[in-house]
Amino acid sequence: MTALQVIFLATAAMILFSAWMVVTRRNLVHAALYLVLTLFGVAVLFVLLEATFLAVVQVLIYIGAIAILMIFAIMLTRRVASDDTVVANHNAGWAAMLAVLVFSSLVIIMGAWSQFTTFASPLTRPGVPSNELGQEIVAELGQSLVDPDAYVIPFEVASVLLLAALIGAIVVAWQKDK
Amino acid sequence: MEIWDQLGEWLANLIKTILGALNLPLDWNIVVLKLIGVVTVATFGLLLVILLTWIERKVAARFQDRFGPNRAGPFGLLQAIADMIKLITKEDITPSGADKIAFNIAPILGVVSVLLIWAVIPFSSVWFGTEINVGVLYIAAVGSFGVISILMAGWSSNNKYALLGAFRSVAQLVSYEVPLFLTLLVPVLLGRTMGVNGIVKAQDTWFVILAPLPALIFFISSLAEIGRTPFDLLEAESEIVAGFHIEYSGMKYAMFMAGEFLHAFTIAVLTAILFFGGWQGPGAAEFPLLGLIYLFAKSFVFYFLVIWIRTTLPRVRIDHMLAFNWKFLTPLSLVLLMVTALLEKAFEADALRIPVLFGANLLVLIITVQILRIVSKRQQRELKTFEPRPVAVPPPAEEVSA
Repeated sequence: MTALQVIFLATAAMILFSAWMVVTRRNLVHAALYLVLTLFGVAVLFVLLEATFLAVVQVLIYIGAIAILMIFAIMLTRRVASDDTVVANHNAGWAAMLAVLVFSSLVIIMGAWSQFTTFASPLTRPGVPSNELGQEIVAELGQSLVDPDAYVIPFEVASVLLLAALIGAIVVAWQKDK
Repeated sequence: MEIWDQLGEWLANLIKTILGALNLPLDWNIVVLKLIGVVTVATFGLLLVILLTWIERKVAARFQDRFGPNRAGPFGLLQAIADMIKLITKEDITPSGADKIAFNIAPILGVVSVLLIWAVIPFSSVWFGTEINVGVLYIAAVGSFGVISILMAGWSSNNKYALLGAFRSVAQLVSYEVPLFLTLLVPVLLGRTMGVNGIVKAQDTWFVILAPLPALIFFISSLAEIGRTPFDLLEAESEIVAGFHIEYSGMKYAMFMAGEFLHAFTIAVLTAILFFGGWQGPGAAEFPLLGLIYLFAKSFVFYFLVIWIRTTLPRVRIDHMLAFNWKFLTPLSLVLLMVTALLEKAFEADALRIPVLFGANLLVLIITVQILRIVSKRQQRELKTFEPRPVAVPPPAEEVSA
């Protein structure tokens, strides 16, 4: 086995274990902390795929923002951060079925792909040295976000949505009787 | 310089021989080499803490007209070692009802979150842990492990004061991250790269000349990020017992402290790298060792500044701290980011680039000061129109007698 494979298997095992712990822990804070571990594992997978930007963004947004917000919400909510939380409701069976369905269809689709079992060659681009390629890709990603031919409309729509959420938060927190 | 080259060669040969003797496949050799690199950088960071505690105590003592540690070893240099032995041999207390795993992981995570930053710091033109093309984003991202460690420590201690302290710490860290990240973008803009070494290489003129105000905001919000004076109300010794780490003792408490000391030095290094040219200096490109000396000289200047502020500035009030962030630093850094981006694009390859950017910063500063003056005058006027508060009057005499 190559080093990459060993690291991948260890990471994958860690992700599966911590993901299982997320859905089975009765203590919600523990579940949230295991979720952090899961998200970190996914970031490691991105690093193994040499997608540094995605890995860093994964840590920055999912761990740095979303997970911390979740932990905050759990800790601030009365009586939720105790051990007697009911983790499953009557939808658990359906959710499990859906998960199995999605996973098996993914396996079938990926298995039918001819290059599923071959190693991808490292990303190259003519005229760009390999150590500057990552920088190049990030720059292209940034440009495509503001390019009219690419993703400027989704980008602007998301911006407006976030702005609306910001203003909404201020309106909610505003003290009217002042 | 030759002796350093020889030493490096000797080390490389030694590692080569050992790896050859182990007879591993090629890719495992890479793993081993990377592990050696990780251990080297992390050990360097942790060893630095020993020196930093001594410097901090000595400098703080001088500010307060004392001598500081001067008994153990020459100039008290061995004091940190003695403290370490004391801390290691102290009793390790785990509070009853604590969440053991989270309680023990939290201090480690706290130190690791700071050590991770050192992976991308370029010590000189050729010496760095790793050069990733999104280094600045990485620095921003690994800070979130520190936040998680604070939340874990506060929650797992099974102490409501620790939990409250953790909430306060995290509220401060998360809010000061906004101006910090906004000003982190300014060197990225000016250097045209997110790689940390790339930013240093781009600083033929230090970015502090092109962006003095962002440099200042970066330094101030970094101070808040490490919880040092004047933003240390989270663990203000003279007001509350401690912050989120109230239940920690012995080496675990020392690990939080080590992380804090190292973080204080790390922000000094980051300020030097992002705005003051990092390892750049005369002859630094040819002789890597010179670059290392330049970087550490610059960093220690800022570390001295951190201690200076710590020993001389009083603590701010919590509402002032939050208002200062949201009503002053955040809007100002947003304006500065936009101004820098526009002017940088307009004067891209122009000889006027440096004076224009510097002048724009000056203009923004003047406008800001004027706005502040108007606002403070209005506030003073509002203060004068306050209704007179009711004065306490003694109750009528018959009520008292009854």
